[in-house]
Amino acid sequence: MKEIILIKNGELALKGLNRSTFEDILIKNIRRRLKPLGEFEYRKEQSTVTVVPLSDGVDMDEVSDRVGRVFGIACYSRALQTEKNMEAILENAPIYLAEQLKNAKTFKVEGKRSDKKFPLTSPELSAQVGGAILEKFPHLKVDVKNPEVLVTVEIREKFAFIRGNQTKGAGGMPSGTAGRATILISGGIDSPVAAYMMAKRGLSLTAVHFASPPYTSPQSEMKVHDLLRQVSKYSGNITLFTVGFTEIQEQIRDNCPEDIFTLVMRRFMMRIAEKIAEREDCKALITGESLGQVASQTLLALSCTDAAVSMPVFRPLIGMDKDEIIKISRKIDTFDISIEPYEDCCTVFTPKHPKTKPQLSVLLAAEEALDADALIERAIENTKLTNICF
Amino acid sequence: MSVYLDNSATTKPCQAAVKKALEMMERTFGNPSSLHMCGIEAKKELDEARRTLSKFLSCNDSEIYFTSGGTAANNTAIFGTARAKRREGKKIVTTLLEHPSVLKHFELLESLGFEAVYLKPDKNGKVSLDSISNAVDANTVLVSIMAVNNEVGSIQEISKIKEIINNKKSAAYFHCDAVQAFGKIPLSPRKLGIDLMSISGHKIHGIKGAGALFVDRNVRLLPSILGGGQENGLISGTEPMPAICAFAAAVNDIGNIEKNLEKATELRDYFLEKIKNIDGITLNSPSDALPYIINISVKGVPSQVMLNALSAEGIYVSAGSACSKGHRSGVLSSMGVNAAQIDSAVRISLSKSTDEKDMDLLYNGIADTVKRVRRK
Repeated sequence: MKEIILIKNGELALKGLNRSTFEDILIKNIRRRLKPLGEFEYRKEQSTVTVVPLSDGVDMDEVSDRVGRVFGIACYSRALQTEKNMEAILENAPIYLAEQLKNAKTFKVEGKRSDKKFPLTSPELSAQVGGAILEKFPHLKVDVKNPEVLVTVEIREKFAFIRGNQTKGAGGMPSGTAGRATILISGGIDSPVAAYMMAKRGLSLTAVHFASPPYTSPQSEMKVHDLLRQVSKYSGNITLFTVGFTEIQEQIRDNCPEDIFTLVMRRFMMRIAEKIAEREDCKALITGESLGQVASQTLLALSCTDAAVSMPVFRPLIGMDKDEIIKISRKIDTFDISIEPYEDCCTVFTPKHPKTKPQLSVLLAAEEALDADALIERAIENTKLTNICF
Repeated sequence: MSVYLDNSATTKPCQAAVKKALEMMERTFGNPSSLHMCGIEAKKELDEARRTLSKFLSCNDSEIYFTSGGTAANNTAIFGTARAKRREGKKIVTTLLEHPSVLKHFELLESLGFEAVYLKPDKNGKVSLDSISNAVDANTVLVSIMAVNNEVGSIQEISKIKEIINNKKSAAYFHCDAVQAFGKIPLSPRKLGIDLMSISGHKIHGIKGAGALFVDRNVRLLPSILGGGQENGLISGTEPMPAICAFAAAVNDIGNIEKNLEKATELRDYFLEKIKNIDGITLNSPSDALPYIINISVKGVPSQVMLNALSAEGIYVSAGSACSKGHRSGVLSSMGVNAAQIDSAVRISLSKSTDEKDMDLLYNGIADTVKRVRRK
């Protein structure tokens, strides 16, 4: 007798002939995430993936927590695998589900048998298990329409499975099924959320961070590592490129009008990120920009930044309010890291009155004063690579 | 090659301390409370360490209580006094210059019904004797004033405080946080009229994990850490022997306090003369401060940027003791220093092994950073 996990894929079931490939990637992702916890067997049947621990003493709470963070899973549940006879089922069902049943008022039992040779029919199975539960928890009432706890007893080929309510999964598509993209990450609240949201749609991630020592601290780089480690719990491994950005920022400060500092800087960032993305076989850039949040995120400002690159730029937060973004950052545990107060390169040399309605021609003219290609090349040469994995 | 000038935060352990700590881990590792030979050997070392400290402070062995450090010593003194004297009075007096381990404790006692007075220093970082005299009354049970401030190095007139307390017919204990002063200026608690004095090992080239509280034999404290009754019942818990014995070794290694002080004064004056070549430098430390601590503000260069730039060159200083996490230094603002100056404050803290070359490298580092960072 042991506990297993049953996983229902989400949108995957809709993907026609690609389904098997998607499922294989999903299983690969789960496998990688669970590997440190022990040995597991993975069974694929219909739209369910069953995860069976093979080693003893596996921490199923941790397994369940990790499965809950894997994209491509609509819902999952822990289930008890028992012998295929009524005695075992009737004895174990009330004990295994005690926690859920104790605190509920109503329940329902759903019997299923894919093994038609099993002596009881599904309704008979449901009735007997329901009786056993009522005996142990007399406060419960049966509610077939809207039960608080839905107990499922499934008779399969070799074993019977008992489970209670399902847990909602992380949703989305399995990481890696949508290709690769590069997130520009600052250390603030928004960019980790943007990374999470695009990983949710199946992208695997590389990341670019811009560091400007001595204006930014080593601590702010460590903070970015911490943020990405958190995101990688969902997205899988992330390769981080930390670009030495000091020279570019000093050149901008010394040669460009103050009110467009930030935009010229953003355009440099985009161009560098695109170059790194191309080299890493990434097909899009991701930023945490939200329309109108700051001067560099107005419609006109964003179109100036976009004009610096030809790759698609994904901005999953574009239509979100700050409090909506914060809500997600709390959910994925990046908020508390983001609010540690270390300077990042976006706050170095911030203009007092930044332009909110910039003209591309003005920016281009200002950039004439800089040897952009050489600066970008030197910045890319001055890049550190870090592998971030959870 | 690195230049370590953050000695008020911690110091590099001296060879003697490292050797002693290692010996205590490899050979004399027993629990001083154990009754077998292994424990007895450790007990001998503990007694020896205590003797070293009492000799250094010209007090009795039984007046030295080992703690885990300066913070624990301050906590033990303040909470121990408050509990022992809670029926004698409710007033407690301190200054805005104190370390958080004192200030936070005063705030806690306020919430428990004590009336706390926080004396404000003048622009030289000194609390006047008049203001102390005005604050202390017959209802006062504790006066806690540090000997040397950790951010600017200002020195308080601690030798006069006990007299003030006595004149006011107060039975208050006088606690002195001497963590920054210990080993740098002569300190005899008996002569200075100090009832309770906190010191720390790792600020004088010991290792982290041991400090001590001097408790005058006439003072009664109640313990806040209960257990096996170590340190005469005041601070229970198995003694951190490697750190305690390294502390004693470091005390033996201090050398001549007066000579060290003279050298530090020369180095400070040398540096301050040199730094006049850079525009926009203000000295936040008063001219009569402990020369080991030099607090300056560098116009147009935020503290953290200066720190990062120097750190990249292997030169280590600190940002006031202003917590880097966004708070402004309470000490500097209590001295009336303006916000811009606080935000660009840098604390340079010397040790007895600092030399002229260190100060030259520091000067060059600051000069280069200023040239690079100040906007054109």
